[in-house]
Amino acid sequence: MPDSTAGTLQTPDAPAKQRPGGTLYRGNEGMWSWVLHRITGVAIFFFLLVHILDTSLVRVSPEAYNAVIGTYQTPIMGLGEVALVGAIVFHAFNGLRIILVDFWSWATRHQKLLFWIVVGLWVVTMLGFTPRHLMNVFGH
Amino acid sequence: MSTATLEADAPAPEIEAPKPFTVTFIIRRFDPDTDAEARWQDFDVEMYATDRILDALHKIKWEQDGSLTFRRSCAHGVCGSDAMRINGRNRLACKTLIKDLDITKPIYIEAIKGLPLEKDLIVDMEPFFQSFREVQPFLQSATAPEPGKERVQSVAQRAIFDDTTKCILCAACTSSCPVFWTDGQYFGPAAIVNAHRFIFDSRDDQAKVRLDILNDQEGVWRCRTTFNCTEACPRGIEVTKAIAEVKQAVMRGRA
Repeated sequence: MPDSTAGTLQTPDAPAKQRPGGTLYRGNEGMWSWVLHRITGVAIFFFLLVHILDTSLVRVSPEAYNAVIGTYQTPIMGLGEVALVGAIVFHAFNGLRIILVDFWSWATRHQKLLFWIVVGLWVVTMLGFTPRHLMNVFGH
Repeated sequence: MSTATLEADAPAPEIEAPKPFTVTFIIRRFDPDTDAEARWQDFDVEMYATDRILDALHKIKWEQDGSLTFRRSCAHGVCGSDAMRINGRNRLACKTLIKDLDITKPIYIEAIKGLPLEKDLIVDMEPFFQSFREVQPFLQSATAPEPGKERVQSVAQRAIFDDTTKCILCAACTSSCPVFWTDGQYFGPAAIVNAHRFIFDSRDDQAKVRLDILNDQEGVWRCRTTFNCTEACPRGIEVTKAIAEVKQAVMRGRA
């Protein structure tokens, strides 16, 4: 029934329009690779921020630099480095995938395959890096 | 096969009539007159495997709760009225069959995301159509065709933009885009698809204008290639591919 008196109706207490909510959108490889790309990108940004600060300490004094770097030589930071390398490796390989998707029409049709190739390359890289790195962290 | 005649002689086996089964729908309801916030309501409906989600909505509206509000016009996947989020993905209710969904669990139905919710499954489509209008989705030719003739276009010229002529403006793509959810200013996939349809049309002379419009902060460069639009499109348009082609045309300065 068309309601011509809509203008005179009581408005609800709170403006409920435009409220987000509902279920999480169920995307596929494309959407989740983008979410991961964002998360790793922001994480890498904050790492670089801290990294520039601690590296610039060498201009203050070599002792101050050594003191700060010394605090990084713990097993917890060692595991953090695994996470850091994991984030950078994913961001790098997925970045190449995004470039291909933007410039090569074959890649827009096979982006899911490319995503799993990225995951595969990430696994191979991490298999090469993680054992060697952890031997260094826990070996001394 | 030799058994065919034998079977014909035997009494015809009783063909079992398909039995309906109960499917639970959980629908996100919102009545702007009474609700401050949207709420979930569940309905049990007797369905057949060949029924569509739209049939379920009809059954609920006609037999259980007449206040359920949704949009549908042709009911056959042509008009693009009934795009909605079904089990977390944008689909047309009239093209989604019960047999393609997992009915051991309830089926969640809610309005498409990123556009202002008006009531139940209806959203305000105006921002969506505004973006559509802004890309000038109509033929603009600098020259008149020969008197008594049509504008000639080869099969190959037409094939370039064939995919993007299929759009029905249902908003399933635009409202599946994570960029559009957080940035309503973004033109969105559907507007870019419709720009693509004319940018690459050999009869059109205003491609440059449209490329300028889309070479904007809120234009094609907002696309992050999540491919949600391509997967949501009920017409199977390769939306992300079309957007990538527009990106390239912007870079080269010509379609």
